[in-house]
Amino acid sequence: MTDDKLPPRRSASFSPEVLAEIHRAANQGVYEIRGFGAKRALPTFDDLVLLGASVSRYPLEGYREKCETNVTLGTRFAKKPIELKIPITIAGMSFGSLGANAKEALGRAATGMGTSTTTGDGGMTEEERQSSKTLVYQVLPSRYGMNPDDLRRGDAIEIVRGQGAKPGGGGMLLGQKITERVAGMRSLPEGIDQRSASSHPDWTGPDDLTIKIKELREITDWEKPVYVKIGATRTRYDVALAVKAGADVVVLDGMQGGTGATQDVFLEHVGIPTLPAVRLAVEALKELDMHREVQLIVSGGIRTGADVAKALAMGADAVSIGTAALVALGCNKAVHIEDYQALGTEPGYCHHCHTGLCPVGITTQVPELEERLPPEHGARLLKNYLTTMVLEAQTLARACGKSHLHNLEPEDLVALTIEAAAMAGVPLAGTDWIPGRGAT
Amino acid sequence: MTVIDLSKTNLRDLNQRLHDLNGADRTNEWRITNPSGEHAIAVGLNAPINVQIDGPVGYYCGGMNKDAEITINGHCGWGVGENIMSGLIRVMGNASESAGASGRGGMIVIEGDASSRCGISMKGVDIVVTGSVGHMSAFLAQKGHLVVGGDVGADLGASIYEAVIYVKGKVNSLGADCVEKDMTPEHRENLDRLLQEAGVDKDSNGFRRYGSARKLYHFNVDHADAY
Repeated sequence: MTDDKLPPRRSASFSPEVLAEIHRAANQGVYEIRGFGAKRALPTFDDLVLLGASVSRYPLEGYREKCETNVTLGTRFAKKPIELKIPITIAGMSFGSLGANAKEALGRAATGMGTSTTTGDGGMTEEERQSSKTLVYQVLPSRYGMNPDDLRRGDAIEIVRGQGAKPGGGGMLLGQKITERVAGMRSLPEGIDQRSASSHPDWTGPDDLTIKIKELREITDWEKPVYVKIGATRTRYDVALAVKAGADVVVLDGMQGGTGATQDVFLEHVGIPTLPAVRLAVEALKELDMHREVQLIVSGGIRTGADVAKALAMGADAVSIGTAALVALGCNKAVHIEDYQALGTEPGYCHHCHTGLCPVGITTQVPELEERLPPEHGARLLKNYLTTMVLEAQTLARACGKSHLHNLEPEDLVALTIEAAAMAGVPLAGTDWIPGRGAT
Repeated sequence: MTVIDLSKTNLRDLNQRLHDLNGADRTNEWRITNPSGEHAIAVGLNAPINVQIDGPVGYYCGGMNKDAEITINGHCGWGVGENIMSGLIRVMGNASESAGASGRGGMIVIEGDASSRCGISMKGVDIVVTGSVGHMSAFLAQKGHLVVGGDVGADLGASIYEAVIYVKGKVNSLGADCVEKDMTPEHRENLDRLLQEAGVDKDSNGFRRYGSARKLYHFNVDHADAY
């Protein structure tokens, strides 16, 4: 024995974060509810790289040769498919979770860029319809605010079976965000904690979904594209069943997808990352000979033009962003720092959407906070961000010799890790090895 | 009266003809024969027309109805009158699951039995069932009234919000946060009005009232076993 002092040693099993969570649970007797998305490290598109042109491939000239970005969604059955100028859409986020200014900012930016926004679990607001030229109307399990007039006013219909942040879970909006207007739209008492259902009230399995889609098409005279949104879990089967049920578009949300409020345990422990989910979805579509006939929109952790290019190279037709769009509006920006601190957090770490006290005025119904996000200013920020993403994706596509983002292909990709190679189904860099498939 | 034979006319043409009347304020009589269990018959109507359907219908008959009065002379499949906004749907037979799901207004009268989840997620519709209803009826019911002349299956009104339920027969069991409440003169009057509007020959005597205990409106660790 010596009396030498050893440095403090942390437990890998009981890390400071785990200890703090156990202490919190013991104090409160309830799971942690928060916003944002999974915070754990996951395999992502960052684990892939693109193979730019060289002797064996010919690149396109940046700034001189065109690289198209448009996409058409809903070509399978809809009389009026949606034409978008860029393959980056804005994901469904409810009025209620978001304030009216944030919704309007999303709509204005999307309209300026020629893309779409999506309603969310709370119905369609007039501001949203006015500001967003192409608006996707969600049909959710809660059916809050659901009505045939808005169904017809939407440009597409998205039946939400699940979302990546919480596949198998329902919506959640805590009482502090249920203002008079939000409560009125949802036919609920003001100020109560609202936990909406995880399953639809009038259909359960894929055969019922087929009939539900038929009903929605009949109500809207077969004009609107019908999307089916799923959280990524058993993706191969879910995509196949959505196609069988008659979807025009499948929206696939990986586990990095965000939310306004749900249990932390759900965010971190349910679902599969976007990376393998895209591959599984594309394989399912190809097996059914429906790739490109039923369009695939991928969401969950899309942040950059590189993510867009890689998702499209893997076979997606478009991507969708939620959290990243809110970050462009100012989420987690280092302003109003005292308000972050009052929530017990700091810029860069905030996930307090559920409190309704968003320091930057996005996920709030408090007028004084909402004023911090003038819709015109927010729209400018998001438009700049979307423009940047598109330029980045075009840069990468041109380097691969592609005159359209959709011409990117899996052969343009290799993986930096064995895990990513297995999940994405592309070779490990410097090899022709795709784990699970043997050498080619 | 316009008569449409669904064995000769396809569903799309029928619904389109009915939609072509949407927004009109004139009464119009329609009779649909040989529905043969077809799904999505007379969905998305938006005019004060009368539609009579002679025979059984499939899922979602009268879905999202506004203003129209639809009478089904037969049994119906899932989700009859789902998300109804206004108007009246009368079923002269039994209804399958999720009758009136998420309905926001108007009235649905079922002159027979209804299966499970009758009135699920209802948001203002009034549903009157002369017979019995199955389990999980009025699940997550937010607003409106569910009147049941017969018996009720398990877990009535689970997670109910502000909807009101009246039952004449036996209740197998109540769901989370649903409790029996006093049948006050005001509620008796309310029930009489509903029965009269429904045009059913039922005496309001003997009905009991159920609604929300409002204990789950805010999370309380001591009520966790109710979730």
